[in-house]
Amino acid sequence: MQLALFIQSVINGLNQGAIYALIALGYTMVYGIIRMINFAHGDFIMVGAYTLFYTIPLMISAGMPAWLAVIVAIAVCVIVGVTVEVVAYRPVRGQGSMTALITALAMSLFLENLAMVLFGANPKSVPAIFTLPTVNFLGATLQTKYLLTFGIGAVIMILLQLFVKKTKLGKAMRAVPQDKEASTLMGIHVNKIITTTFAIGSGLAAVAALMYCSTYPRCTTDMGSMMGLKAFIAAVLGGIGSIPGAMLGGLVVGLIEIFVKVYIAPGWYEAITYGLLIIVLLVKPSGILGKNVGEKV
Amino acid sequence: MLSVKDLNVSYGAIHAIHDVSLDVNDGEIVSLIGANGAGKTTILHTITGLKKAQSGSVTYNDNDLLKTEPSKIITLGMAHVPEGRHIFPGMTVEENLEMGAYIRKDDLSSSMKEVYERFPRLKERRRQLAGTLSGGEQQMLAVGRALMSKPSILLMDEPSMGLSPLLVKEIFSIIKEVHKQGITVLLVEQNAKMALSISDRAYVLETGHISMSGAADELLNDEQVKKAYLGL
Repeated sequence: MQLALFIQSVINGLNQGAIYALIALGYTMVYGIIRMINFAHGDFIMVGAYTLFYTIPLMISAGMPAWLAVIVAIAVCVIVGVTVEVVAYRPVRGQGSMTALITALAMSLFLENLAMVLFGANPKSVPAIFTLPTVNFLGATLQTKYLLTFGIGAVIMILLQLFVKKTKLGKAMRAVPQDKEASTLMGIHVNKIITTTFAIGSGLAAVAALMYCSTYPRCTTDMGSMMGLKAFIAAVLGGIGSIPGAMLGGLVVGLIEIFVKVYIAPGWYEAITYGLLIIVLLVKPSGILGKNVGEKV
Repeated sequence: MLSVKDLNVSYGAIHAIHDVSLDVNDGEIVSLIGANGAGKTTILHTITGLKKAQSGSVTYNDNDLLKTEPSKIITLGMAHVPEGRHIFPGMTVEENLEMGAYIRKDDLSSSMKEVYERFPRLKERRRQLAGTLSGGEQQMLAVGRALMSKPSILLMDEPSMGLSPLLVKEIFSIIKEVHKQGITVLLVEQNAKMALSISDRAYVLETGHISMSGAADELLNDEQVKKAYLGL
């Protein structure tokens, strides 16, 4: 029984962690390229979740699998993410980091309140996305959909890492933050690369929304800021700007959340997560996998 | 042919470049010499779009560079080796070279081979992060990266800066070799003697305007230039 609970917690923790990791990737990629914390990123998940809420019934009535709704959610999130970048962030770029930060907070509030006007303040129940059986494994009851979401998360992260390391566009995404002027001289259109980064981050938020809704089938207008905060912690813990760091940070935060809830007390997990964050930042301010890049003279 | 006419550039209230005109004909090495702060780098930055001009015109083979999107300028065959190398420190040597060929869609292997033949040190270090290279190696990488775009004109900004006399000689012999392959060169240098010794023509820039111009060997023997820039 002890072992069963442990295994169940590991699976649940990995599932939760994979969701945070996908969201954290959005924070870290945007930070990596323009050194800005996109506080509206969490709200992109909310946008994705509401899109799922409205499109899943359409998919089902059309006789298609419910999860296909994620394609619509990705499209909507990418449009919202890119619009926020082009309309709100690009005009204030170069006006200082404080301006960018406040603009991001404003966008977050704007999206949440816009959602409240459009969708109402009452929580919505998202229909079941995956109907998969539970299996017994060493006495533990495992939800196979958790394994599936964790698998999706892992595959996306591996693909993203390959994309950034191996493809021309991915390399350009790494080149731009290192030297914007040199990137321009190489023929890289810096604004296009930044917009692409936002598109990828927002698309990942839509996938995270799918994974979240399959675990907790409910959407509220403030769900994004809550999850966004935890994912932001994950990104900082792993080392903001580092893609593997975001994945590691997400998994750590997810596992801590579940394990503390199960083994200590449900109310304690935030205190322990933030405590760990403080310790990591004291010992290694750049985060677990973050690189301390010295300012160039 | 690169042609700059009546160019004016300002940094806020500071008028940095006054009515500068200069031409670089195909196949030439032209240098732009002058003291620190004369505006040499500003002129190069304006040519490749990193800095906006106030008035005047910059054309390359009849393309209006002032109206060209900065990231498109390299597609016209113009590569800029910026002052201070500006390599990508967190990428490997090979990735830096690949970035140099960002606009190309064809196979890079033969260009890569050429660069490695010219700079064997880069081949040895191709998997190493560029930020770990020495200053001289970084300069080689910056030149190699620019060559990867197969340019017809190369703009070089202070290639000798911070290098030992031996490496300065090496970098200048590389410029000559590159030029022999048919690449036009516009060279910005504080090391006026070295620059003039390899150039066809030169312009002398003084606090934002051209004070002298002519054949490089004439300027090399000009009393005023000797006094002001050659330390003779």
